[in-house]
Formats: sequence, C-alpha cells, structure tokens
Amino acid sequence: MNKLKLSSNINPRKQAKIKENLVGWGFVLPYFSSFFLFITIPVLLGILLSFTYFDLINTPKFIGLNNFVNLFTADDVFMQQVFPNTLKFALIVGPVGYAFSFFLAWLLAQIPKKPRTILALLIYSPSMTAGIAMAVMWRIIFSGDSSGYLNSILLAMNIIETPIQWLQNPDYLLNIMIIVSLWSSMGIGFLAMLAGVLNINEELYEAAYVDGMKNKFQEIFYITIPTMKPQMLFGAIMSLVGTFNAGSIGVQLTGVNPTPQNAGQLIVNHMDDYAFNRWEMGYGAAIAVVLLILVYIMSRVATRLFGEKD
Amino acid sequence: MARNSLQGTKINPKRFHRSQIKFYLILIPVAIFMALPIVYIFNHAFKPIDELFAWPPRFFVRRPTFNNFLELFAVAGESNVPVFRYLFNSIVITASVVLISIVVSSMAGYALSKLKFKFKKEILFMNNIALMFVGASVAIPRYLVIENLGLIDNFWVHIFPVLAVPVGLFLIKQFIDQIPNDLIEAAKIDGASQLRVFWSIILPLIKPAIATIAIVSFQSVWNDAGISTTYIDRESLKTFAYYMSTLLSSGNVVAGQGISAAGSLIMFLPNLIIFIFMQGKVMNTMAHSGIK
Repeated sequence: MNKLKLSSNINPRKQAKIKENLVGWGFVLPYFSSFFLFITIPVLLGILLSFTYFDLINTPKFIGLNNFVNLFTADDVFMQQVFPNTLKFALIVGPVGYAFSFFLAWLLAQIPKKPRTILALLIYSPSMTAGIAMAVMWRIIFSGDSSGYLNSILLAMNIIETPIQWLQNPDYLLNIMIIVSLWSSMGIGFLAMLAGVLNINEELYEAAYVDGMKNKFQEIFYITIPTMKPQMLFGAIMSLVGTFNAGSIGVQLTGVNPTPQNAGQLIVNHMDDYAFNRWEMGYGAAIAVVLLILVYIMSRVATRLFGEKD
Repeated sequence: MARNSLQGTKINPKRFHRSQIKFYLILIPVAIFMALPIVYIFNHAFKPIDELFAWPPRFFVRRPTFNNFLELFAVAGESNVPVFRYLFNSIVITASVVLISIVVSSMAGYALSKLKFKFKKEILFMNNIALMFVGASVAIPRYLVIENLGLIDNFWVHIFPVLAVPVGLFLIKQFIDQIPNDLIEAAKIDGASQLRVFWSIILPLIKPAIATIAIVSFQSVWNDAGISTTYIDRESLKTFAYYMSTLLSSGNVVAGQGISAAGSLIMFLPNLIIFIFMQGKVMNTMAHSGIK
C-alpha cells in the first residue's frame, strides 16, 4: 500500500509501470490464490513433512532421511510389491495407452467428419466417467460368483469349471486393473492428438509425395509425428499424469485398502494406507515425494522425446 | 503414380472412399468395444429384478422398467439423508466450480498471455510444471492446509481447492495467444480499460477454450467422491458421487446392482450430453494444446 502513495512522486512512466503490474496481478490473483494454497503449499509442505515423524497429534519431529531409508530398506511390502506393481502398471498403461490413442487419433483423421465424430465420441466415452460409476460396472463384470458376466461366459463355454474370484485373486487383480485403466485412457490427450493430426497442413504431405515419399508409414514418421510434436508432448504428459492418478482403481474395484494380499497395491494406495489408516503422516509424505520424483523423471523422458530442441 | 497414392492418403477427407474401408475395419470394432460398458450400464439400469439375477446373465434388457430409479430415490442414505440431497449438492457444487473456474482461469489466461507484469514468467513456469501434478500425491499436506483454513466439514471445501486447474489455464492461455495484439491495442486506443477489453473482446473470442475447461472441470468435479470422503463429516453436505461409492463399499454387489446401475447412469448422462454439445469447440481448442 505504501508503494501506491509513493507513486505519485515518481515520474509518469514508472507510475504506468506500477499500474501495469497491479492490473496484471489483479487478473492473476483469483486463480493464483487457489493455485498457491492448494497446489504450491501442499507440494512444499509435503517435501518438508517427508523428513519428519508426524502422527497428526504431536508436533512433527525432524528425523532426516530416515523415512526414505526405511522405505527402501525396511518396507518389504513397498519394495517387493508396491514398487514393482507401480512400475508394471505405469509402464504398460502409460506407453500402451499413449501409443493406442495416437494410433486411433491417426485412424480417425483418415475418415470423413461425420463418422469420425461419432466414433471419436464412443472411443472417448469411457474417460468421461473415470472412477466411481465405472467401478460399479466392472465389479459386476468381474464378480466372483457365477452371476458375474465373465464367469458366466467362461462357465457356459466350459473353459472353467468353477467361478473364479477375479478381484480377490492376486494373479488377476493387477492385470484387470491394467485393462480397466487402458480402457479409460483415451482422454484429453487423445483429443489433443486427434486435433493435432487434423491440423497438419495438407501441402506438407503433397510436397513429401512429390519428393518421393511412398507410403503411410513414411507419412507417419516423416510428417505426422514431427509436425505435431507439441501435441504429442501434451498427450504424453496427460497420459502420464492420468496413469498415476488412476492409482486408486485397485481400491475401487476391490473395495478395500490394502488390496487383497497387496496384489493391486500401487504407490498411491500405499501412501493412503500409511497416512490415513495408520496416521504416519511423515512416512506417507515420503512415499508421495518418491511418487512425485517418479512422475518428474518420466515426464523428462517424454520431453526429451517430443520437446522441440532449443 | 504420386498423385494416385495421395488420393487415398488425404487427411480429413470430404467424403467416403473405398480406400477408407480398412480404417473402418479397425475403428468400428474398437469403438464398439470401448462403448460396451456404457451400453451395458444403459441396459442394466432399466432391467427388472428377475433379469438382473437371471442366469446366465443377459446383456440386453428385455422388459425395461424404471423400478431401479424409483428404488434409488426411495432408499435413504446412511443417516436418513434422501438421495435427492446428494444430487442437489452435486449440482450446486459442480455448477459453482465450473462457473468460477471459467472466470478465474480465463482472467489469468488473459493476463499471462497479453499483459506485462512482474513474476509473469515465474507463474507460467510453475503452472507448466504443475501440469505434471498428481493430485493424489499431496493428500496429506493438502489435508493439513485445509484443516488450518477451517474448511473441514465446510461446504466451501468442495469449491475453493479445485478452482485452480493447471491444464485448464494452460489450454486457455494457449488459445488467447492466437488472438492478434492489434485487436487489443485498437480497443485501448478507443479508451477501453483492461477489464473492458477482457470482457467485450477476449471473452467472446475464447468461447471454444471456455467450453473445453468447462468440460474438464465438470468431469473432475461431478465424478469426485474424494472430497466428501476426506473432508466432510455431515452426511447432508456430501455429493452424489460419494453416495455411489458407499453403494460400492457396502459389499453386497449383487443385491444393489440395479440401484448401482441406475446411479451410474445418472452420473454418466450429464457428462455425455455436455460433451456432445461442446465437442466441436473442444476440438478447436485442442488444436492449440501443444507444449513447445
């Protein structure tokens, strides 16, 4: 406020500059206050908490790197199940879902507008209802008794003799989670890539064919992908974030955290388990920091692949 | 030779051509597979009780009935809160979040794209980093922040924490970048204030981007059960998505099937309708979504 009063003594150019700043800040402030309070501060606070022991009642006690050391050396569930589960889940759902959404976007761009719109809507539809509504349905399909859809089909075809407990059986749970997540992974990144393919200037293709390009494969690798790199990167980051946000799917499908024999336990669930079932907030925060670092590393890889070179 | 191969490879063709058949052969089965669960929900929601429990289960409904919906609204939630209350909460919350986040993100998007001010670069940088933000990872510190702000068990906790959507701001800013500066300069010479420029020039031009972030925030808020579960104690302040999640965790998957499917359909339909109306605008916005 003092600054405002002072401004009357300064020359008009500086005054205009101050006004410019105030207007700019006025426009940004409403968004930024929510951003700052609920994204920036939690991330920073989470990093601080990860170096403490904190049970939500007593003041946090600084314990250095102990949480991280414990996580990687003493937490068997984490090292033997949660971490491998997460890697398998992320490395399949992320790249496969991504490649699939590019491929479908590309195919859709090859057909006229009307059928394209309808087919794109159908393909996009699962990601409209990520979460609760869909979990209801998947639970019925994979229901463990003979009235579950999958069981009854397999029983009718004589492939199995007794119903399988799909969601309770550690052999199947993670794979079912992967299928369900893939199915709903044609989201905002898919739309971005579809728009990207459609927006490529036709003359680029024509010129390339004149220069001797022969087929669709060359088209994709020499024109399509290089031209829409920015959308490819956007799509990659969206699918990455989507993959890690989808972590709760195992808990939604089975209805319990931890999942049966930790078969579907991902980093997010492990964190929730420690933080909100056992009230070990510091340890939970350390798990979250590991997750953030993991996402960051993977998005660096994506930027390497698709980012424009400076 | 070259001309011939080009005919078939046209992107965004105007009409059907025999060479497109191969694309349909892949796309149609995929689309059907993707839509299968949705078709299933539509059918399940209208099944009478004997068809729900029929063995072997049948995919399509034979004698559709509204019973499941009637039953859904007849059963009260755990502490005698009528289902209408959850639905009402969800509608109010979703409408407020969508409206407010449109206003705050388009204001911020305008400033970050066209205005000059200190720390603009830093804010943009932070927002771009936040695109990678995995919300679930900050559940703990976020809880502490919300607790300290006194928002626990408070209606506003549904609204304030979800207003800032980094992807939304990113898309809207990219979109405003396409608007020529001359347009804004001309208005300023005519004596329009920044607020005026924003309101009568920018807002009408960025309708496609607004439609897009409306959809993004609609989907995340309407489908969210987490806030009700974590921050709200009073049953009367919780959302419909939360109510759906209690149906799930009640364990009895089979008995509640009809009700669950009816509820799922109610959850799903608004998403579908809004997207159908706005898909053209969304595609328009997505064309500018690239990260450079």
